[in-house]
Amino acid sequence: MGHVVIDVMLKPEILDPQGQAVGGALPRLGFEQFTEVRQGKRFVLTVDGEVTDEHLAAAAEAAEKLLSNPVIEDVVSVRAEDPDQ
Amino acid sequence: MKVGVVTFPGSLDDRDAARAVRAVGAEAVTLWHGDADLKGVDAVILPGGFSYGDYLRCGAIARFAPVMDALIPAAQGGLPVIGICNGFQVLCESHLLPGALIRNDHRKFNCVDQRLVVENTQTAWTSDFEVGQEITIVLKNGEGGFVADEPTLDRLEGEGRVVFRYAGDNPNGSYRKIAGITNERGNIVGLMPHPEHAVEEGYGPSTDGLPFFTSVLKAVVNA
Repeated sequence: MGHVVIDVMLKPEILDPQGQAVGGALPRLGFEQFTEVRQGKRFVLTVDGEVTDEHLAAAAEAAEKLLSNPVIEDVVSVRAEDPDQ
Repeated sequence: MKVGVVTFPGSLDDRDAARAVRAVGAEAVTLWHGDADLKGVDAVILPGGFSYGDYLRCGAIARFAPVMDALIPAAQGGLPVIGICNGFQVLCESHLLPGALIRNDHRKFNCVDQRLVVENTQTAWTSDFEVGQEITIVLKNGEGGFVADEPTLDRLEGEGRVVFRYAGDNPNGSYRKIAGITNERGNIVGLMPHPEHAVEEGYGPSTDGLPFFTSVLKAVVNA
């Protein structure tokens, strides 16, 4: 089985209240050095056999069509996961 | 006069929407998410709730339900459609309306009697209001922050397509306090607050929701 990993992030200019909530909690745990937190989404799509270029192209299309909303989000990466991992 | 109300898995306010339709003397028709069939209705309501559990993004999965395959071209052809709360999110995800709804800036679920100013009475759903009229209906959501890029916001303002704006403090961080918008043609309206909860004395903060439904009856009769 192969895996395609897709990362989606809110666009930098879009407010991220979830990231802000996480960012607000870090100092309470002693992590004072982080000035901002942005939270994103990772999708892992599984295919039979090895990941092909066709799989990657289809995954990129799915990422634009369903997995992200281009009004507020960017598809940061679409890649095959190393099968040894 | 038949008004369809779509039920998605996780819709909550479909029954109230149907009741509001009947309150103004029209027939409410149940539309099922899994059927690409509008059953010959004259207008459609996408109700509030949490379609598909709000998984992925609010409205993102509902946007690809079979009923939307029939609704999207019909709406583009002029069928009056209103999206309320989750329905507004579905309309934005469908690109029938611009922008998107994100989590409230204060991160809390809102449930308040919300004052709004009506700014556009040329739409299919707002002709029975007066421009500048202030109304109070319920706002209840966790992800009601309307966002869009600056050119889109400027275009909405310039074309008079901001239909409702929050009065008083901004309840959720919506850009320019936008509560509801319309498309170029004025047949599609989306808003976060809930007119269907404000159509009967004794239930809800007012009966300010009624004109939404009387307006669309006139729009259909005059079409």
